[in-house]
Amino acid sequence: MTGYSPLEIWTIIIVMGIGTFFLRYSFLGLAGKRPLPAWALRYLRYTPVAVLPGLVAPLVIWPTATGGAFDPARLIAAVVTIAVGVLSRNTLAAILGGLAALYLGLWLIG
Amino acid sequence: MSSSNLSAAYWRGFRHGLPFLLVIVPFGVLFGVAGTEAGLNLAEVMGFSILVIAGASQFTAVQLMSDHAPVILVLLTSLAVNLRMAMYSASLAPHLGAASRWHKSLVAYFMVDQAYAMAIADYERAPEQSLAEKLAYYAGVCTPICPQWYVSTLAGAVLGAAIPAEFALDFAAPITFLAMLGPALRSFAHVAAAAVSVGVALALAFLPSGLGLLIAAVAAMGTGAQVELWMARGAAR
Repeated sequence: MTGYSPLEIWTIIIVMGIGTFFLRYSFLGLAGKRPLPAWALRYLRYTPVAVLPGLVAPLVIWPTATGGAFDPARLIAAVVTIAVGVLSRNTLAAILGGLAALYLGLWLIG
Repeated sequence: MSSSNLSAAYWRGFRHGLPFLLVIVPFGVLFGVAGTEAGLNLAEVMGFSILVIAGASQFTAVQLMSDHAPVILVLLTSLAVNLRMAMYSASLAPHLGAASRWHKSLVAYFMVDQAYAMAIADYERAPEQSLAEKLAYYAGVCTPICPQWYVSTLAGAVLGAAIPAEFALDFAAPITFLAMLGPALRSFAHVAAAAVSVGVALALAFLPSGLGLLIAAVAAMGTGAQVELWMARGAAR
């Protein structure tokens, strides 16, 4: 890797490893026996639907593989994945539907 | 607690984790390929997957290192991508907080998006499960996912750049995340939260990687909670 010494590369890996572990351990480790208040639970209920869409949206609109250029095949695959997941309530079905749409789309529109 | 209950919980988790093999394997292979192409040696690529075990942040780090970003920026940005893990941790705490420190350390180490999403859905569906059953379910979900992350990374690093771009492996991660999202859109409040998350994340995409996502997530959680309150008041009227 140009510009990085092995020491710098391993510093990145080890600090990321320790930092990530403590982010994951944080609240679990501090948790008391008392349940969290109702308002906190109300917020936490929306954690997955608050994080996953924001994580994915830029990857769908500006895909890395195309250097950020809009790609209809990837957008269609994303829409199909969501639609199958909502209708079937089944993650595997959604993954298979999304991959099928992606490969069909790439084959048809390139 | 009978051991047959624990075994049932473990295997139920295993079955629920199994489908993710289909995306974990290509995702891991792709990380191995991307890391090798960026100039990392085998030990460094495997160091990422074993010590960090968080795909999105690993890709972020490798991407920034390819752009020759300063070490401190690589660290801050890729750790920011993992800030959502603190929210996962808080959301699992009411269910697993009473476990031993050793068990909680293992839960924390293996806390990938898929394990979290499956576990919280299962605990909310059946909150009366014992702590041991909840831990067994979690271990079950992780079994088909986490070891395969190491193996597929290794395969990708060894295969190198021999995999053609036509396989579109880059899109394995987005499809995984979206496939977990569909079944989670259970109410109008969930849909509203997801919409706000997408809108804010796209609007703030110019911010350093991870920061826009964090703001989007907080705004979306607030939206979900507020819509839930409005709907509860509407129903009570």
